[in-house]
Amino acid sequence: MTDGDEIVDYPIPPVNAIQPPAEWERLRQRCPVAHVRLPSGDQATLLTRYDDVKQVLADPRFTRTADDAARVSESGGVFNSEMASSLPQSGAAHQRWRRRITKWFTAKRMIALRPGIEAMADRLVDEMIKQGSPADLKASLGFPLPVWVICDLLGVPESDRDRFAYWSDTLLNLTRYEQAEIDSAQAEFVAYMAGHIAARREAPGADLLSELITGTDAAGERMTDRMLVSTGMGLLVAGHETTANMIGKMLAMLLADRGHWEALLADPALVRTAVEETLRYDANPGFGMIRYLSEEVEVSGGVLPAGTTAVCSMGSANRDEAAFEDAAELDLSRSPNVHLSFGAGPHSCIGQPLARLELQVTLEVLLRRLPTLELAVAAADLRPVEGLAVGGLREVPVKW
Amino acid sequence: MKIIVDQDKCVASGQCVTAAVDVFDQRDEDGIVVLLNDNPPEDLAADVHQAAAVCPALAIVVED
Repeated sequence: MTDGDEIVDYPIPPVNAIQPPAEWERLRQRCPVAHVRLPSGDQATLLTRYDDVKQVLADPRFTRTADDAARVSESGGVFNSEMASSLPQSGAAHQRWRRRITKWFTAKRMIALRPGIEAMADRLVDEMIKQGSPADLKASLGFPLPVWVICDLLGVPESDRDRFAYWSDTLLNLTRYEQAEIDSAQAEFVAYMAGHIAARREAPGADLLSELITGTDAAGERMTDRMLVSTGMGLLVAGHETTANMIGKMLAMLLADRGHWEALLADPALVRTAVEETLRYDANPGFGMIRYLSEEVEVSGGVLPAGTTAVCSMGSANRDEAAFEDAAELDLSRSPNVHLSFGAGPHSCIGQPLARLELQVTLEVLLRRLPTLELAVAAADLRPVEGLAVGGLREVPVKW
Repeated sequence: MKIIVDQDKCVASGQCVTAAVDVFDQRDEDGIVVLLNDNPPEDLAADVHQAAAVCPALAIVVED
C-alpha cells in the first residue's frame, strides 16, 4: 500500500458525461491498492489498475459475498437481498445455474433476437419523433427498451412492462428511494413473479422462464420457486438499469463530439467497435464489482491479505494507459478492445451478448432514423445520476 | 497454429463466435464453446487471436 494512512471516500463522485474522475489516474499511478470508506462506514480496498482488476475479478476462488465482507450501504439494497442468498454464488452449483441461462444468450440466439429488438427500438423512436424535438433520449428509448427485452425473455406480457420498469428502478437504487419503498417494490415483484411462475408452469411458453421451470440443470436438478423468482429478479436488475444507462451514456459520448457521429453515419460498419469503445470509455460506470478475498493474493500494487473486501474499479481499469494505447482517446475502430465493463472470469456479465445487441441495435436505428441527431445541451452540462450501484446520466436531451 | 479451449472456464459470452465463426461454435444446451477446427488455416490467424484476446473467461489459448 502507498500513501500511508490515506482513506478515500468511495464511490468517487462523477465529474461529467465525458471526463473521468482525476482520482482514477492518481490512484493508478500512486496508490493502486487504496484504502476506501464505503457509504456503510465499512472500509475496503480499491483496485484501479487494469491488470489488478482483471486478475482479481477472474480468480475463481473469490466471490461477492461473505459474512464478514464490507457492506456497501446500511441497507445494502439489492446487494444484500434474497437474490444473493437463494442462488448458488460459486463453484459447480453456480456454474450449473449459470449455464441454464447462457443457453439463452448464444451468438445464434442473438442473431434471432435482433429483428424483434430492432422493431421495438423503431417503435420507441416512432413515438419519440411523434412527441417532437427536443426529447430525453434516456426516457424515450434507453429506459424502456431493455425492460421490454427482459419482459419478453421472461414471458411477461406487454401490459406489465411499466410495472417491471418501476420495480427494477426501485430495487437497484440505493439512494433515491426510501427503504420502505424498496421493500415494498421487492414484495410486489416477488408476489407477481410467484403468480407468473405458477401460470407458466400450467401453460409453458417459448420463453426462458418456462424453460427454467420445466427443464433441469446438468445434474438433473430442478430450480425451486425461490430460485426462479431470484433468477427473474437477477435478470431484471442486472439487465435493465445498466443497459438503460449505457444507452444514454453511449449516445452522449458519440454526440459530444459530433465528429464521432459523422464518422458512424459515413461508415455504419463501425457500430460494433464503437459500442465496445463507449463501454470502455465510460466515465460514469457506477460502483464497480466487489470481491471478498478468502485467501491472500498478490497483485501488481501489493499483497492483499485474506479477509480483504476488494472493490474493483473497471472504469479506472478501462482508462489504464498500461493496457490501452491512447486510453484517453475515444477511438471508434479500436480492436481488439479488451475492456472490463462486463467483468472477467466465472462471474462476468451473463447478459453481455444481449447488452451488446441492444446497444448495437439502438445505435443503428438512431443513425438510420435520425441522422441529424445532436445533444440539446452542452455535453459538460449532462448531469450524472446519484444512484449508487449503476452509473449513468439523469437525462440525455437531444434534438434533430 | 494450435488452439486449446477450456470448456470448464468458458462463460458462454459468444465473443469467440463473433470473432471467428469458422473456428468456434457454442453448444446448444448451454452456450459453451465448441472448437470446430483446432488448427485453422493461416488466413484466419488474426480472427483467432482476436477471439482469444476478447474472451472474458480467458478460456482460449493459441499456440503459433
